[in-house]
Amino acid sequence: MADTLTTPKAQTHVEHHDVDYLHDGSLLSWLTTVDHKKLGVMYLWSILFMFFLGGVFALLVRLELFAPGHTIMDAEQYNKAFTLHGAIMVFLFIIPSIPAALGNFVLPIMLGAKDVAFPRLNLASFWIYITGALIAVTAMVTGGVDTGWTFYTPYSTTTDGSVALMTFAAFVLGFSSILTGLNFIATVHKLRAPGMGWFKMPLFIWGIYSTAIIQVLATPVLAITLLLLIMERAFGVGVFDPKLGGDPVLFQHFFWFYSHPAVYIMILPGMAIISEIVPAMSQKTFFGYKATAFSSVAIAIVSFVVWGHHMFTSGQSQLAGAIFSFLTFLVGIPSAIKVFNWITTMYKGSISLAAPMLYALMFLILFGIGGLTGIFLGAMSVDIHLHDTYFVVAHFHYVMMGSTVIAFLGGLHYWWPKMFGRMYNESAARVSAILIFIGFNTTFLPQFLMGSRGMPRRYYNYLPEFTFLHQVSTVGSWILGLGFLIMAGYLFASLRKKMDAPANPWHARTLEWQIPSPPITHNFHEVPVITTEPYDYYRPFEPSVKGHH
Amino acid sequence: MNWFRDWMMPMQASEHAAKVDNLYMFIFWLTMAFFVSICYLTVAFAWKYKRKKEGVLTINFQHNLALELAWSIIPLILVIGVFFWGFNDYAAASVAPNDSLEIHVTGKKWSWTFEYPDGTRSIRSLHVPVNKPIRLILTSEDVLHAFFIPVLRTKTDIIPGRYVDINFTATVPGKHQVFCAEYCGKDHSGMMADLFVDSPEKYAEWLEKGDEELYKMKPADLGKMVWEMKGCNSCHTVDGKKGEGPSFKGLFGRTEKFTDGSTIVVDENYIRESILNPQAKVVAGFEPVMPTFQGLLREIEIKGVIAYIKELK
Repeated sequence: MADTLTTPKAQTHVEHHDVDYLHDGSLLSWLTTVDHKKLGVMYLWSILFMFFLGGVFALLVRLELFAPGHTIMDAEQYNKAFTLHGAIMVFLFIIPSIPAALGNFVLPIMLGAKDVAFPRLNLASFWIYITGALIAVTAMVTGGVDTGWTFYTPYSTTTDGSVALMTFAAFVLGFSSILTGLNFIATVHKLRAPGMGWFKMPLFIWGIYSTAIIQVLATPVLAITLLLLIMERAFGVGVFDPKLGGDPVLFQHFFWFYSHPAVYIMILPGMAIISEIVPAMSQKTFFGYKATAFSSVAIAIVSFVVWGHHMFTSGQSQLAGAIFSFLTFLVGIPSAIKVFNWITTMYKGSISLAAPMLYALMFLILFGIGGLTGIFLGAMSVDIHLHDTYFVVAHFHYVMMGSTVIAFLGGLHYWWPKMFGRMYNESAARVSAILIFIGFNTTFLPQFLMGSRGMPRRYYNYLPEFTFLHQVSTVGSWILGLGFLIMAGYLFASLRKKMDAPANPWHARTLEWQIPSPPITHNFHEVPVITTEPYDYYRPFEPSVKGHH
Repeated sequence: MNWFRDWMMPMQASEHAAKVDNLYMFIFWLTMAFFVSICYLTVAFAWKYKRKKEGVLTINFQHNLALELAWSIIPLILVIGVFFWGFNDYAAASVAPNDSLEIHVTGKKWSWTFEYPDGTRSIRSLHVPVNKPIRLILTSEDVLHAFFIPVLRTKTDIIPGRYVDINFTATVPGKHQVFCAEYCGKDHSGMMADLFVDSPEKYAEWLEKGDEELYKMKPADLGKMVWEMKGCNSCHTVDGKKGEGPSFKGLFGRTEKFTDGSTIVVDENYIRESILNPQAKVVAGFEPVMPTFQGLLREIEIKGVIAYIKELK
């Protein structure tokens, strides 16, 4: 940046490789950088913008539902609004959020590496993401999409609007996800610092690694499915539409074969962050390290064979339904083990209740609700009643937002000082966290009740008996919005301060906390040699990184 | 705790609904026990072990085999139990008793049509006799829909070009809500129907009289529906082309010549007679092949056909 040479820091550190990465290079060099940290930061701003956009649609949807019938928009606008909310949040925000933004920044440093294995590929992933995002925005302004984010056929092949363009955007975004996953797998295999065996890796790496496996194996199926959908819409190739000799249920099989594993692409990185925050903020060795590491891998594998639980009412065979139901219950067990491990890790710790830990505690409670309500939906007879009602809406928001997004916010607050070299206002952060917790529960708890009472999802209009619960939910969305507004305020304010973050504000022991905040361009002066476990808080700290300070 | 269940769930209008609710409540209390434990431990640990001073070392507690086995195996056994419970009730509900009353359901953007074994048709309202096993056979004419009856705890997606079924025995007479639960476009939220569970007498009376929708339709539209549904269209065209029988086009007011040489100007009475006693007068040039519709059409439907023929000038 232009002021590089005028900052006191830059004047004292004359050698290029000592300059912190934030002040290293012009705007053009940022846009063409292969530095994983800069790419992580650029991803961060991109996904936060998308989160804002998806959030605006969410608030509009909730506002429309404040009263039955027409409130602020008509049925067609409502259908587009909830579709865009879902599509933006899933494809443009949650899937890239933790791996591409925080993972890109932290993963190579945690491994003791200078960068990811394929830095240029990393840059390509970013620009493919931006291209996909631009195509998606084009689809939104040229007709919009009203299919729901699931694009179910034959509705999606027969409705008007920019469905082909939107699915093409998801197709392009998929490649960004695949390439990022590929890059992370190679990085974890090849670029671990000397001495860092698989079981000396921080658990964040295990989570991101498991995620990367799913990204690489499942995303191509989505790409093929969306391509077939585009072929059917554009050229009348009959794959899914029965009028053309296709099978609409086949689309659902294809779609969920990706999109169920995608749920774990979203939640595993969230769990990975919690596995970092809990031991660091509790200053405790991790309880059940190997069980937690293997449960990430187990979740990644079993997640491929449970897709049919989205389809108990779809007309698939009863036997298939029974098998999927059984496997669904099995995939819950590794998640339960993780929860027990996190809680036990806190036992007899020295627990700081700073903002990252508040988010981790919120995660434990909200993921508890999200995970346990999954048992209702896994049981076939009960699911038949609850399927496609607000119960499902509430369940997946507790998992996607209450868990993944809350973990993302925890990670953002945990690594913010490392990324930008500044501390945010802790009191404001706590107020915002508590508002988000209250707002979230006010929005989504009533939806469980609406769902069990029979309120179907994706309804523009509803019966008068549901009005009160819808209004509570909408008021909750305002509290949630206020919480995020405050967060935006104190995070931006922190960037205007001069750099004040210590290298290790949390007294954590993974490698990223052993280098300055923000890191220098090449992360480490010397390759660190790992001799300790990542969470050995029971003995005095022995740094693995030499040459800083 | 029935009040609590009734607060969370709709009314139970079948035995299956009661079974579903039993499992629902079992899972509710089971998960509540886990949830309260998770919350208690999370908050209690965060409170009790809150950091008092910086830089202290903590204990090295990484494994406890008994604890880890217990919290893996106990939940596993519990969820396998829940699986079998849920699967059993689901499987039992998916088998139709042999004496089921079969009703065809067609979903179309954005309404429901029901067809009964005697040919009666109703729109947006499904009538069934109480305590009688019912098998709905459902299909869609356009996109996916889903037929959802909350009080019966049953639901199925409806797929174009395929039949799916739902089985139930409703035990509570009255009017119940039916929703479309699979997103299908603009009026998805308006695609509702009423389920009327009637006493056997009331059901028979309703079949006799026909759906109240019939009485709201324009007579000519009703006539057109009868012409399609009762198969008139297989012999009588409406575009003037010759079929097995005379075309309806321009029929009203025309002078028809019969096989016995007599003639008549077509009026309401002639059409009525031709429907109920078709062999009485057979138009010259046609075979006497038309069956009688005596007892198969309601009065209002005969009036509808006459109105329809009048419109086809």
